[in-house]
Amino acid sequence: MKHLKIDNLHVSIGQSEILRGLSLDLPTGQVHAIMGPNGSGKSTLAKVIAGHPDYTVTSGDILVDGESILEMEPDARARQGIFLAFQYPSEIPGVTIANFLRAALQARLPEGKELEATEYYAKLYEKMDLLEMPRTFTSRAVNEGFSGGEKKRCEILQMAMLQPTFALLDETDSGLDIDALKIVSHGVNSLRGPETGMLVITHYQRLLNYIVPDFVHVMVNGRIVESGTKELALKLEAEGYDWATEPEAEAVAV
Amino acid sequence: MASASVSGVPLLEGALVEGRWPEWFVASRQRGWADFQHLPAPAPKDEKWRFSKVKALALDSFRYPAAVADAAALVARSTGLGESAARFVFANNRLLAATAPAAGLLKAGLVVMTLEEAARQHADLVEKHFMAQEFKLGSAKYAALHRSGPVNGVFIRVPKNLEVAQPIEIFHWVEGENSAVFPHTLVVCERQSKATVVDCFRSADDEPAFACGVNDLVVEEGAKLNYVAVQQWSLAATAFHLNSTTVGRDACCLGMQVNLGGKFVRGESYSRMVAEGARSDMLSVNIAGGDQLIDQRTFQDHAKPSATSDLLYQNALTGKGRTVFSGVIRVEPGAHKTDAYQKVRNIVLSDEAEANSMPGLEIEADDVRCTHGATTAQVDDRELFYLLARGIRPEAAQQLLVMGFFNTVLDRLPDARLRGQIEGLVEKRLSAALRG
Ligand SMILES: Nc1ncnc2c1ncn2[C@@H]1O[C@H](COP(=O)(O)OP(=O)(O)OP(=O)(O)O)[C@@H](O)[C@H]1O
Ligand SMILES: [Mg+2]
Repeated sequence: MKHLKIDNLHVSIGQSEILRGLSLDLPTGQVHAIMGPNGSGKSTLAKVIAGHPDYTVTSGDILVDGESILEMEPDARARQGIFLAFQYPSEIPGVTIANFLRAALQARLPEGKELEATEYYAKLYEKMDLLEMPRTFTSRAVNEGFSGGEKKRCEILQMAMLQPTFALLDETDSGLDIDALKIVSHGVNSLRGPETGMLVITHYQRLLNYIVPDFVHVMVNGRIVESGTKELALKLEAEGYDWATEPEAEAVAV
Repeated sequence: MASASVSGVPLLEGALVEGRWPEWFVASRQRGWADFQHLPAPAPKDEKWRFSKVKALALDSFRYPAAVADAAALVARSTGLGESAARFVFANNRLLAATAPAAGLLKAGLVVMTLEEAARQHADLVEKHFMAQEFKLGSAKYAALHRSGPVNGVFIRVPKNLEVAQPIEIFHWVEGENSAVFPHTLVVCERQSKATVVDCFRSADDEPAFACGVNDLVVEEGAKLNYVAVQQWSLAATAFHLNSTTVGRDACCLGMQVNLGGKFVRGESYSRMVAEGARSDMLSVNIAGGDQLIDQRTFQDHAKPSATSDLLYQNALTGKGRTVFSGVIRVEPGAHKTDAYQKVRNIVLSDEAEANSMPGLEIEADDVRCTHGATTAQVDDRELFYLLARGIRPEAAQQLLVMGFFNTVLDRLPDARLRGQIEGLVEKRLSAALRG
């Protein structure tokens, strides 16, 4: 078992503090969901874990198996097993999905070793079939001209190919129609297992019917203000975040 | 004979007595020599040389080279597509090897032969088209030098209705310190014919060298020509590449200049739409790294209505690399319903690199659609982070993004195999340029 630990993390961008003492434990084998109002810092958390250079960690730590990863470059973090499915995936003009994923897998091989092309394509096609993506997508430029739903599906394809230890899924359900939601959830679930920990950021309880979390956390104003089981998501669905955003609720912070 | 007039000029010394050229050609050569002598050298304040480096143009050290030491080795290194309709290999202005077209193509009337042979056997056609266009983009003096020099290269005539499926490949090598070469390619695609021609310009070593190349592409009614020049001279070379294209009624010429080598490279591409329905695609992929300067001037000349020209030049700059682009779209009076596009895109990968773009329009007709634009950008931070977040190392990520940038141009090549070959060469040069 591996462990991703967020320890009393404070993160700023420019002068404003966005994460204000956030702690979270994510062992492999578990799925944690994070819900919270717009602007509460969910994407910031995911991007900081992935090593995005815009954010400054002012105190606290991010550790994998007890080792801080704060000094690691984003590409090194990814190779160590961290994967971020972006809320807003970038379009990469002129770079095909096939070339892009090949480069990502090649980067994980020891120097001098070449990726085996037939195996690579076999795996790529298998994962595309799983996500019901037409083969023609392999020769399209990454996310370029993709619909919102296709972009999200492409993120999960990448996750399936890279088989991360810790997957951070930032609103992967937004933009998906109900059929796509089922397909993508199926793809995500097929990666669940003792080797993988997942952090699923969402606004909709509906997703959690398909990807059933072990824990649900409520994030408000850069902190986790409440943690519970999947029933917590139902409560949020019914009552919104008002109860959690009231001043006295802040004291509940972990 | 002509040789007397150039004694004392190391560039041409010894060259003119070689070969067996007809009288008309010798006369043209003498005219070239006279023009070269009286035309002024470019001055820094000359508008056509703005942002360039005219003092890089001292030609004194260059000389006419001896034959290469090991011809067989260069022929062996002339690996291109593997399969081609014909393949010619020249080095230091001399033919080393020629694979003629298959019997069927010859029987159908395809002509691929040295210019020298063609000047005798197809004198009318060669005389009519050889350097027939005026060189008005700044390098008339160097065009004259080419004309007076030991031009060598290939003449291609694709007869009416013939479609040549495989590309015709031509290699021009230069070897030895300060060697000067004068490659020339003349292509005539007759009515409704179709062909692809690839010129590969290569240095056998890392030495300084001088190349003064010209091509004439003539695409007649309904014909389609794809022409690609892959320039890989040494990073110490000085090179001129002057291209003239004439596109006829409903004909189509796709020309692509790929500049990977050279210390100072001056490219001039003139394309003239001489009848309705003509189309010219002018494409270019350029890498300027180290202290390379790639200076390109273009002219899209719309002489007749309802023609299209579409220019897309893309440059990647690293180190202290510099590029210059100056382009003109000219729509002559009466050339209504012209569609003309001109786009230059620079991606600058170092603080010390510099890209200069000067797009321009001269429109003397109504009801035309012309757009032009130039953009200069760095690698997009968001795109870069996206790649890093997938575990791709920064150098590889940058390489992938720049190749993605170039793919927009390379995708326009209709031949997948040719495209793949060129992509590989670009990728290799880019990787070296990024490492500095
Ligand atoms: N690069 C940035 N520059 C300035 N402010 C930023 C930046 N990134 C995030 N912020 C601010 O930080 C706060 C948290 O943003 P974040 O994207 O993490 O919220 P979120 O919880 O993911 O919201 P949503 O549910 O809308 O996706 C917001 O107020 C946002 O404006
Ligand atoms: Mg967000």
